[in-house]
Amino acid sequence: MLKVRDLVFRPIEDGVEKTIIDKVSFDVNDGELLVITGPNGGGKSTLAKILMGIIKEDEGQIIFNDKDITSLDINERAKEGIGFAFQQPPRFKGMTVKRLLTLAAGGSLSEINCCDLLSSVGLCAREYLDREVDGTLSGGEMKRIEIASVLATGHKLCIFDEPEAGIDLWSFSMLVKQFEKLHKNSDQSIIIISHQERIIEMADRIMVIKDGKVQGIGTKDEVYPVLVKGETHACMSEN
Amino acid sequence: MANIDETTQEVLNKIDEYGFKQEGAFNLRKDGTALCHGDTENIKIVKKEDKSGIDVYISKNAQGEYVHIPVVITSSGLNDEVYNDFHVEAGANVTIVAGCGIHNSGCDDSRHDGIHAFYVGKGATVRYEEKHYGEGPGTGKRILNPVTKIFLEDDAVFILDTAQIGGVDSTKRTTLVELNGKNSKLNVTERLLTHEDQVAESNMDVVLNAESSSAQIVSRSVAKGESKQVFHPNAIGRALCHAHIQCDSIIMDKANVKSIPEIDAEHVDAAIIHEAAIGRINDEQLLKLKTLGLNNEEAENVIIQNFLN
Repeated sequence: MLKVRDLVFRPIEDGVEKTIIDKVSFDVNDGELLVITGPNGGGKSTLAKILMGIIKEDEGQIIFNDKDITSLDINERAKEGIGFAFQQPPRFKGMTVKRLLTLAAGGSLSEINCCDLLSSVGLCAREYLDREVDGTLSGGEMKRIEIASVLATGHKLCIFDEPEAGIDLWSFSMLVKQFEKLHKNSDQSIIIISHQERIIEMADRIMVIKDGKVQGIGTKDEVYPVLVKGETHACMSEN
Repeated sequence: MANIDETTQEVLNKIDEYGFKQEGAFNLRKDGTALCHGDTENIKIVKKEDKSGIDVYISKNAQGEYVHIPVVITSSGLNDEVYNDFHVEAGANVTIVAGCGIHNSGCDDSRHDGIHAFYVGKGATVRYEEKHYGEGPGTGKRILNPVTKIFLEDDAVFILDTAQIGGVDSTKRTTLVELNGKNSKLNVTERLLTHEDQVAESNMDVVLNAESSSAQIVSRSVAKGESKQVFHPNAIGRALCHAHIQCDSIIMDKANVKSIPEIDAEHVDAAIIHEAAIGRINDEQLLKLKTLGLNNEEAENVIIQNFLN
């Protein structure tokens, strides 16, 4: 389904070339849940953004369902079936929650479906449908609406960039259930960037990224020793 | 029932989102004269004798009624000035749907100056919706210079929802609101879109004369092309009162937006706030919408439409 080959991202910062992603290669299989973890600043979010086309890689190739999507723009990748939940979603003055979710659903979304979506991320639909996605919403509310926007339509691959960040404990449990449901009930492939043990526990495979490189990829049994042995265990937290 | 030609109907569809019908209380002004009008038991529309325009008398028995008073200009070179006064009795509750659309297919400038005054009685609630719009293939300019005066008595509520939705080459808006009654409330939403080399100026004076009066003024605009916009809202507090002015603009291309919010407290218990922001379309917003499958142009349009919603 997804084949990533030799990705390199080497931007110039303050006149100095810096390697953020260094020859990263991996596959994601149909229906697989891959959790990408690793220390902060290791390149996880950059990698996720490269997959969505938000950041342009310097080298490498991304094959999605046997199609080379490396040169495709963000919206073209979306049309190929890739969804993306931002770590820090933007706010929109004047845009209601309902309008955003309707756009996310591809143009039409019944009020019932809209309410179900909001409920699934722990928000009371009646209170939120007509609210604006602006500065009046808290960071946690924004995150949950962001996740709802990705769940609004079916994808072939969903990428969630640290979905747990800024979410309270109760909503986090609900979120974990949503990911479990998504993983179990659909054939969508899922990539979640996360530090959370409960999310890592759900993974079919785990990939550890550190200093822009793949430190290890495999099942929990295969990768846990890498996490525990290396410094990277510090990045995991229990919830 | 008066015959409405196709061009006029198309313009009406743009400026009256409820769908203009010759029913209830209405007055359609076309090219400087009243084409048709109708009264209800509670709302009477009377033609002025001394000058061009109408007096609209709204009785206290009008509860949840609508008045539609659109203006359409299709004659190139017409300079139309009209005086409309609204007398709203204590306790009435009405929605007034106004607006002006100019279709200019000639080479001469068409201009409409609508001078409106609202006298709102105790405890009455008025929602005033006004849309301005220009179109037509002609080179003649489409000019709108509305003047709106509002006088509020005790507990009166006035909701002013005004929008310029495009195609107006030049506009100079003048708004004066006097909150003369205790607990009177004003809520203004102003939305403005300019493009090409259009110019728009909006001057608004809100005077809070009475105790516990309050005003909320929200102005949102988008300036495209080489258009120019100037906003100058001014809240003057002369009693224990609250006022909040918020001006937000999106600037694009080579446009110019000037925002000059002014607050003036003449009483120790006057609490007045202003905020103003001008900025380009946020890249993060564009990225988010692109991840939903929209291309750059579609994403920009969605952001603008919602911002001006």
